[in-house]
Amino acid sequence: MFSLQKKEFMDLNINGEKKSVVIRSADTLLDVLRNQLGLTGAKPSCKNGDCGACTVLIDGWPVKSCLMLAVEAVGHEITSIEGLKETAMQKTFIDCFAFQCGYCTSGFIMNCHGLSRIHPGADYGIIREWLQSNLCRCTGYEEITDAIKSVLDQNAALEQ
Amino acid sequence: METVGIGVSIPRKESPDKVTGLARYNTDFTSPGLLYAWMVTSIYAHANIKSINISDAIKISGVHAVITGDSYSLLCGPVIEDRPPLAKGKVRYFGEPVAVVVADSEEKAKEAAGKIMVEYEPLPVVNSIKGAIKKGSPLVHENLAFYKQVKPNEIFFKPGTNIVQHVKIRKGDLKKGWEQSEIVVEAEFSLPQSNHIAMEPRNVRAEIKGDGQVVINTSTQAPFDVQEMLAQYFNLDATRVIVHVPLVGGGFGGKTTAQLEIIAYLASKAVNGRPVKLIESREQDMTSSPCHLGLESKVKIGASRDGKIQAAQFTFIVDVGAYVDSGSKMTRAMAADCTGPYKIDNVRCDSYSVYTNHTYVTAFRGFGRLSYVFAIERTMEKLAFALGMDPLELRLINALKPGDTTPTLVGLNYSNIGNLSECLSRLKTLINWDEGVRTETGNYKVRSKGVSCLWKTSSSPPDATSGAIITINRDGTLNLNVGAVEIGPGTKTSLAQILAERLKMDANKIHVAMEVNTGVSPNHWKTVASMTNYMVGNAVLDAAEDLIHQILKIASIVLMCPPEVLEVGGGKVYMKEEPQISIDIKEIGNGYENPNGHSIGGQIIGRGNFIMHQLLPMDHATGRGRLGPAWAVGAQAVEVEFDTRNCTYKILKAATVIDAGKVLNPKCAKGVVMGGMCMGLGYGSREQNLYAQGGKRENPQLRTYHLMRFGENPEYIVDFVETPHVIGPYGMRGIAEHGIIGIPAALANALSVAAQVELNCTPLTPEVIWRTKKGESK
Ligand code: FES
Ligand code: FES
Repeated sequence: MFSLQKKEFMDLNINGEKKSVVIRSADTLLDVLRNQLGLTGAKPSCKNGDCGACTVLIDGWPVKSCLMLAVEAVGHEITSIEGLKETAMQKTFIDCFAFQCGYCTSGFIMNCHGLSRIHPGADYGIIREWLQSNLCRCTGYEEITDAIKSVLDQNAALEQ
Repeated sequence: METVGIGVSIPRKESPDKVTGLARYNTDFTSPGLLYAWMVTSIYAHANIKSINISDAIKISGVHAVITGDSYSLLCGPVIEDRPPLAKGKVRYFGEPVAVVVADSEEKAKEAAGKIMVEYEPLPVVNSIKGAIKKGSPLVHENLAFYKQVKPNEIFFKPGTNIVQHVKIRKGDLKKGWEQSEIVVEAEFSLPQSNHIAMEPRNVRAEIKGDGQVVINTSTQAPFDVQEMLAQYFNLDATRVIVHVPLVGGGFGGKTTAQLEIIAYLASKAVNGRPVKLIESREQDMTSSPCHLGLESKVKIGASRDGKIQAAQFTFIVDVGAYVDSGSKMTRAMAADCTGPYKIDNVRCDSYSVYTNHTYVTAFRGFGRLSYVFAIERTMEKLAFALGMDPLELRLINALKPGDTTPTLVGLNYSNIGNLSECLSRLKTLINWDEGVRTETGNYKVRSKGVSCLWKTSSSPPDATSGAIITINRDGTLNLNVGAVEIGPGTKTSLAQILAERLKMDANKIHVAMEVNTGVSPNHWKTVASMTNYMVGNAVLDAAEDLIHQILKIASIVLMCPPEVLEVGGGKVYMKEEPQISIDIKEIGNGYENPNGHSIGGQIIGRGNFIMHQLLPMDHATGRGRLGPAWAVGAQAVEVEFDTRNCTYKILKAATVIDAGKVLNPKCAKGVVMGGMCMGLGYGSREQNLYAQGGKRENPQLRTYHLMRFGENPEYIVDFVETPHVIGPYGMRGIAEHGIIGIPAALANALSVAAQVELNCTPLTPEVIWRTKKGESK
């Protein structure tokens, strides 16, 4: 019988590594990342899909990991903030002062990073549409706007 | 080594951790043998608890304990002890914690919580300020008169009513003031409760060790307060309560009071001291933990024809919710600054706190100023209109200046008040005020501007104190240890900059301990009130003097000269006259070894402290007193584009000019001000706690409680005036809260001009504007 409580072994492909986890079908990806894999960069804030603090990339696309079951992630490439190494987005977030408390930052960076890969030439309309799914309570969003625009400009300059 | 001290925008020291997911917040930690707690919260706003049946819950495997209010007899509160940590006998607000389950996992705890049967007997609900003060209103606390007051003369309640605080200001001769007034305007205002919504929900881990030591890991702005409160409530030795605070994911005042820590301690106690983790869901964070106050107010201002204000009368009634917490202090702070930053010689203010069956309140960014500033700034607008005067000009005419006095009769000088006129003049240019406040741009669209002024000082206890410890490492870098929590503004970084400036060294060579541990960190009152850089900064400077003194002592022996001829800078000690004669600090910071092996000195440890001084509690009859050391003043503006057909609008620009005394880190300072402005726009335009009939919260989720989102933010204009506060480190003033204060008022002023109707409440949704235009009240 289908059970929410039953636990099963599964393999997750996370940050380029294969990890075996024991999970219930009811476990969210967010909880599995944080509680089983020690990847605490994705943050719980609303656990309801409203804030984006838990954003990770699934096959390159930003997804709110509080809304995804861990079992749904099986067979997909999961990238959490811990999987980003010295990316332009991370560096630019520092240079632009794009955070204060930093609690929303992993989510914003994942979303921005995904955006810069999927829409390297995104205009402000697309940026706005994508980033509206993340909340920041500390900044007034200006520095985050500066950061994403600056990375997209760097990309464009590299293209030429 | 070059000097990188104050005035430089160095990124926050913890930046690399914050962009890699390695910054650890309290929820990120676990510990061996950890158990999980989950709270059962009230579904009524006011009801007697007839019974709580826990028998089904306790049977679930993996459940270790269930506690309810009946398990303990304890009342808490920083001013008056009126709040049981878990409801006892009755519930007083929707979301009030009623029981706690402790289990092996959060899932188990939640499952068991769902099986706890609470039988309620609903009571009549006090669902508004008006409802709280009307004759025959039900009482939220029948036993108000019997509660313990923590300090004498902090609270003045009316027994047999819901009025729990009354603060008075009586300045000058009001009668004379009205006689001198040729124009008198009057209005009433209404602002709802709202929420802090720090992105990190409140959470805590508690453990009681074998030897009785209590270890609390929590997300708080007030670790030393949590320590003291727990010791007091449970009769513990305070030094046996250790509170750890890592980086905090936002606070905004919401994490200044001991609440969840008390419940987690009780939960741990119920399971023989095992570590217990208690995390609030977003919904609980928004309903169970304290929120931001609501306010009803009435303002009457009289002025002579030339625009000079002659008299003013204020009535503030604060919705503190079901328990007082620091609501009574905000009620007092609002009275103390009631006039706004204007010279008014004849003033009367009555500021009340009332109990309601709403979530109780605690400190919120601005400590009450946000709300009453709305009232006074809207009334100023009305006055300008009645006088036929430019609203900005009216503010300039009345701006407080050195030589004037505040409502509590504090004498002002440039050091303690700064320069509001300069802020207003700069604002005027920055927002192009002279191009006109209302322009029809065609297509039913109107562009309009509104301005406001703000001021704020702190409301700290007269003996609030801070400490700092500096140690020198073998490589010549320094460690700085302070009791201030890093909640986001970059406090630890600015403190390193203050120290670097004094030692003429590079702030990047100063390591600041990010975690606060009450067992080893020097005390700091609380990370609140925009006072941290002021208080801790002064302690750091004091510690720097101590450090320099010790460095010079050793160096004078090594360099064979009196210490007076030496100077510290660039990581060295050198002779003032001949700087090439020097020794590196790293050679002497951990003892100096002579070539023959004989050594002197040892690790140099600088210690310093700071205590508030000259503060004076307010006199109950007149309000005379001094709550904080100095004000920071500012002027703000908002520009909107309003659609006259459907009352929707876009916020185009928001501007702030603050007298910061001295800007320590320009980009951090600008960021904090913009963040405050954004929050102020959110409060002015959409945020509110919605209480349905019966006091049930209708919008305790981020899906229904709207915040400003990316792209809804306007273009920000931020500028700083620098009039030094002579006892602030390098002249600085606290400005971390100020960005929010005048923004809702400036927004309402702009929208009132655009819609050509008086908008005296928030949130200003298109519907509210439309209804007001149609003559319906909210
Ligand atoms: S925690 Fe996932 S969207 Fe808020
Ligand atoms: S930096 Fe604190 S929530 Fe965004």
